[in-house]
Amino acid sequence: MTSLSTKSIVFHKLIRNVNNYAKRMSSHFIYYPDKERPVDGETTKMNMMQAINNAMDITLKNNPTAVLFGEDVAFGGVFRCALGLQEKYGKDRVFNTPLCEQGIAGFGIGLATAGATAIAEIQFADYIFPAFDQIVNEAAKARYRSGGEYDSGALTVRAPCSAVGHGGLYHSQSPEAFFAHVPGLRVVVPRGPIAAKGLLLACIRERDPCVFLEPKILYRSAAEEVPVEDYTLPLGKAQTLRVGAAATLVGWGTQVHVLLEVADMARDKLGVSCDVIDLQSILPWDEETVCNSVKKTGRCLISHEAPLTSGFGAELAATVQEECFLHLEAPIARVTGWDAPFPHVFEPFYLPDKWRCYQALIQLINY
Amino acid sequence: MSKLIPSAAKFLAGNTITKVTAPVVATNAKYSTKKEATFEIKPYKLHKLDQGPATSATLTSEDALKLYEQLTILRRIETASGNLYKEKIIRGFCHLYSGQEAVAVGMRAAMRDADSVITAYRCHGWTYLMGVSVLGVLSELTGRRTGCSRGKGGSMHLYGRNFYGGNGIVGAQVPLGAGVAFAHKYRADGGVTFALYGDGAANQGQLFEAYNMSKLWDLPCVFVCENNGYGMGTSVDRSSASTEYYTRGDYVPGVWVDGMDVLATREAARFAIEYCNAGKGPLVMEMETYRYSGHSMSDPGTSYRTRDEVQEVRQTRDPITSFKEKILNHELVTPDQLKDIDAKVRKEVDEATKQSKTEPEVGIEELSADIYYKNLEPFVRGIHPAAPLKHLEVQPRNH
Repeated sequence: MTSLSTKSIVFHKLIRNVNNYAKRMSSHFIYYPDKERPVDGETTKMNMMQAINNAMDITLKNNPTAVLFGEDVAFGGVFRCALGLQEKYGKDRVFNTPLCEQGIAGFGIGLATAGATAIAEIQFADYIFPAFDQIVNEAAKARYRSGGEYDSGALTVRAPCSAVGHGGLYHSQSPEAFFAHVPGLRVVVPRGPIAAKGLLLACIRERDPCVFLEPKILYRSAAEEVPVEDYTLPLGKAQTLRVGAAATLVGWGTQVHVLLEVADMARDKLGVSCDVIDLQSILPWDEETVCNSVKKTGRCLISHEAPLTSGFGAELAATVQEECFLHLEAPIARVTGWDAPFPHVFEPFYLPDKWRCYQALIQLINY
Repeated sequence: MSKLIPSAAKFLAGNTITKVTAPVVATNAKYSTKKEATFEIKPYKLHKLDQGPATSATLTSEDALKLYEQLTILRRIETASGNLYKEKIIRGFCHLYSGQEAVAVGMRAAMRDADSVITAYRCHGWTYLMGVSVLGVLSELTGRRTGCSRGKGGSMHLYGRNFYGGNGIVGAQVPLGAGVAFAHKYRADGGVTFALYGDGAANQGQLFEAYNMSKLWDLPCVFVCENNGYGMGTSVDRSSASTEYYTRGDYVPGVWVDGMDVLATREAARFAIEYCNAGKGPLVMEMETYRYSGHSMSDPGTSYRTRDEVQEVRQTRDPITSFKEKILNHELVTPDQLKDIDAKVRKEVDEATKQSKTEPEVGIEELSADIYYKNLEPFVRGIHPAAPLKHLEVQPRNH
C-alpha cells in the first residue's frame, strides 16, 4: 500500500512536471478561429497550411500561366504548403529551385514581367534578405520606372514569418516593416486559414507585386471551417473583429489572437469592451478603419512581434496622432518585441504577450 | 544518387592499398607494432592546377590514434545532440555532421595555429576541433550558460578562437571568409582561411562575388565545398547545372578530394596552405562526402533518397570504420588501444551531455546584453518602466 501510494505520488509528480514542461513549451497565445464565412457554400476544416495549399491549388487549376517554385517545394516545402501540387500539376509548373533567394526573387520578377503568374516561396522570411534588393529595387519599381509599360504585378512572394516557440535568431523574425517602406509593393499578413486563403488568392491576382508573410506557428495550430470555393478578401482593408468603446487594439498575424484574448480579459476583469482590428494589409494599410475606430474610442494600442523602433506600429502611431489628435484621451501605446535581436532561449520574455498588452491597456484606460 | 553510387564503387575498386614502411616491433602487445605506414590516396581531380596534393600519406601511430579519437568524438557529439533534440532539451534547429567527420578532422590536422575557419550550420564538430570543449558545444545547443556563446546563440551560432562561427544563412559565411583571409594577408601573419559551405550553398550568388574578390586580390582563402550530395532535400543533380564543384571558381584553381578519407583531406589541406602561403591566391576544394541524417532534425532524410543508399555508404565508405580498418590492418594501432579511446570518448561525451542538461541558463537580464558596443541609453527601448531591461556588457569592452 505504502509503495503503491509512493508510486502514485511519483507518478503524479511526473505528470505535473510533464504538464508544466508542456506549458512552458506551448505557444504564447490562444487561437481564436474565425466564425464568419466570407462566402456561402460548402466548407471543410483546414489548418492554415491546408488553406494556403488550397489557394495555390485553385490558382494552378484555373490559371494556366501560374507556376510555383522555391526551395524544396517539389515535396511540399518545409512546411508542406505545396504538398501534392507537383504530382497534380507537373514538374514544369511546381518545381524546386537551388538555394539562392536573390535568384528566386529575380527569376520570379522576370517570369511575372513576361506574363506568367509567379508564386515564389522563400523558405523562411529570415532568408528573404538576399532577395531584398530584387524585391525593393526591381519588383516594386518596375511599373514606375518603365512608365507603366512593364510591371511585375503577377509576382507573389510567400514566406513563413514570426515566432514559432523555438526558432531563435533566424527562424522567428517579422520583417514586414522593412517592406512597408517600399512604394509599389503590397505587404500582407493573414491571421488564420480563412483569411489566408482569401488574401493569398487576392495577392496572386493583384496587379502589384505582393509579399505575403505567413505566421508559421499558425500553419498547424490554426484550424477553421474554410469555404471550399474560390474567394478573395480585399487587399488594403483591415477587419474589425470586435466592437467596443474603451480602446482600439490593432495587430496583425499571430498577434491578433493575443489582442483578442486581451479584449476578453478587459471585458471579464475590467468590464470594458474594445475594438480589435486585424490590419491584414500592412502596405498599403487601411487608415480609414483604424482612424475611425480611434476617433470613437479615444485610445489606441498597437502590438507587433517585431522590435519597437521603426516597427510598423511607429507608422500607425504617427498617422493616428495626426488624424485623431483631438480625439485621443491617452498617448498611443505600442507593445512590441524589444529592440534586441530575436532571442533563442528568451523567446517567452521577448514576445509582446497578453500580460504585457493587458498591462499597457490598463494604463491606457487609466491615463 | 547517380553521382554517389558510381563514386562509391570507384572507391571500393581503388581501395586496395598500400605499402608499409619502417616496421618497428613493439615490446608490449597492447601497443602497436609499427611506428608508421604510408597510404595511397584516391586520385585528386585538378582544375587549372599542374600539381595537386600528395597522393600518398605517411601516418604515424600517434597521429593515427589522435585522428581516430577526433573522428569518434565528433560522431558521439552528434549522436548526443540528436538524442538531446529528441528529448526536446535542444530546442530550435539542429544539423548533424555524422558521415562528414573526415573533412573537418583531416583539415584540422593540417592546420596551424594561425589559420582560421568559418563554416555554416553543420558546425558542432568544427567548434570542438577549434578548441571548444564538448560541454561548450552541447551546452550551447541546450541553451545553457556553459555554452560557448553563453547559450544565447544556440544551434548554428557557435564560435571559438580563429573559428568565426557557424552561420544560419545559407552561403552568408563565404564572403566573410574572404574578409577574414584579407585580414590574414593584411597583417601578414601567414594564416590561411578555410571558408566551408555545402553543395546547396554553392549556388548562392555571393559565393561568386567572394571568388572574384579573392582572386582579384590574391587572398589566402580556401573555399571548401562539402558536397554531401543533397542541399536540404534536393540532390546535386537537380540543383546544380555543374556538379563539378571544384571547377566552379572558373579562374580560381580547384581540387576534388575524397572527403570520406581523413588522410586525403589532411593532405589536401596541407597542399592548400602551402599554395596560399606562396601568395598564389585562393583555391576551391570540393570534398565529396555524405550525411547520414536528414538536413535538419525535422527532415527524416528518407523522402528524397533511399534507406539503402544511406546504408550502403555506411557500410562501404564510412569515414570512421574505413580509417579504423586501415590503421588496424597496417598494425599502426591495436584493437585494445581503439577500445580504450572508445571508452574514453564515450565517458567524456556522456558526462558533458549530462552536465549540459543540468547547467543553468543565463539570467533574463542577458536578453538585452551585448546588443551594442556602447549603448546610447542605459535601458532597452520598448520595455515597461516598471520592469526595465538594462543594456548589459557581458563581454568586456576595450573602452
